[in-house]
Amino acid sequence: MTSVARTGMSEGFVSCGACGLLSRPAGAEEPGECPRCGETLEFRRRDAIQRTWALVITAGICYLPANILPVVRTTTLTSEETDTIISGVVHLYATGSWYLALILLIASVMIPLAKLSALAYLLITVQRGAVRNNRERARLYRLMEIIGRWSMVDVFAATFAVGLVRLQPLMSVAPQPGVLFFSGVVILTIIAAESFDPRLIWDSSQGKQETND
Amino acid sequence: MVSLSADVVACPDCDLLQRIPALSPGGSAYCPRCGRKVATSKPGSIERTTALAVAAAIAFLITNVEPLMGLSLAGREASTTIAGGVWQMWEQGEKITALFIALFAVIAPALQIGFLLAILLSLRRPPAPRWVGALLRWVEIAGSWSMVEVMMLGILVSLVKLAAIARVVPGVGIFAAGGLILLLAAMSSSFDPREAWSRVRWVKDEGPQRALPSGGVDAAEAGR
Repeated sequence: MTSVARTGMSEGFVSCGACGLLSRPAGAEEPGECPRCGETLEFRRRDAIQRTWALVITAGICYLPANILPVVRTTTLTSEETDTIISGVVHLYATGSWYLALILLIASVMIPLAKLSALAYLLITVQRGAVRNNRERARLYRLMEIIGRWSMVDVFAATFAVGLVRLQPLMSVAPQPGVLFFSGVVILTIIAAESFDPRLIWDSSQGKQETND
Repeated sequence: MVSLSADVVACPDCDLLQRIPALSPGGSAYCPRCGRKVATSKPGSIERTTALAVAAAIAFLITNVEPLMGLSLAGREASTTIAGGVWQMWEQGEKITALFIALFAVIAPALQIGFLLAILLSLRRPPAPRWVGALLRWVEIAGSWSMVEVMMLGILVSLVKLAAIARVVPGVGIFAAGGLILLLAAMSSSFDPREAWSRVRWVKDEGPQRALPSGGVDAAEAGR
């Protein structure tokens, strides 16, 4: 695209975040409410960069205890052992379910890390006013929105193990504090992705020649 | 305040102004700049989505009432439902996590199905009352926190883990959950929020106006 793109904001139109209706507000400072659904209108999500950074950093801090603290404790007549996410993966690998070990490794360890680094990358490039790879960055954002929820799989697995294995004193499974931090990471990254505004990726190119088309 | 007719939109991901072309049945329109899907034509959406939502409601009930799986070890047996897992989490001290699980596996899907049914029934006689607009917002939020498919993978993981130490039996609930996943996916993809919004009564009685700033672009159409 060689011409300057006509966006809602450049033409003075605001798109409703709830119903998608395009309207031209009376004043640009206070866009008011959507005439169709009544939602408060915003040209861009408010304080998107600060909020997303705050959530990314909090999630990053929770990521450490989520992986260090145990998620379940298995008690049998003769033994008692606690498992972290990682030791659970290693255990699965050792007992022959390498495909499940791989799924868990990707879902629990790699996806949260990938999501946090991708969000940090998007935030930094937006703050630096990058104008390159806009389409790729937009695609990265959309991909991240889809995959984040899958990190929850280990917490679900722990829940059903806890619910099912209640054969005291023969064998029982109890939850450990790791599950709380782990679900914290998942929830924080989902909210972080929602508080980021992907339109910011394109705003830096406004008024400049786009370089990737 | 001037508002535009519904076939002119700004891309939610990049804010590019574009006109949505007349779409062939099942065809989609994509933003020419960032590639985001901006509209899909879904003929008969309301009837089909209603049927799918009713089926999903039934599958949801079975999933939550029937045991998901059972276990037998040295002559003793146990089984669990979703609520049973949540309850044990709560009992054993992980109360916050228990609430999260209940939200993702039970409350969010229930609201997603229930709100959508209420929306679909009231859309039959347009213009729909304004509370339908509020429900349309909530159904989207409920959908983004509903994680039945992730729960299913979690169940399979714990089945495989437990199969190493005891005999595990999949329950009726697990098959219902499989059906529920498919029905929820079909329900969400056959629902057309653009059409739904077009049938809702406006907060301010202005109605749409046509006034596109000249030189707008068309969204790129792609058939299925």
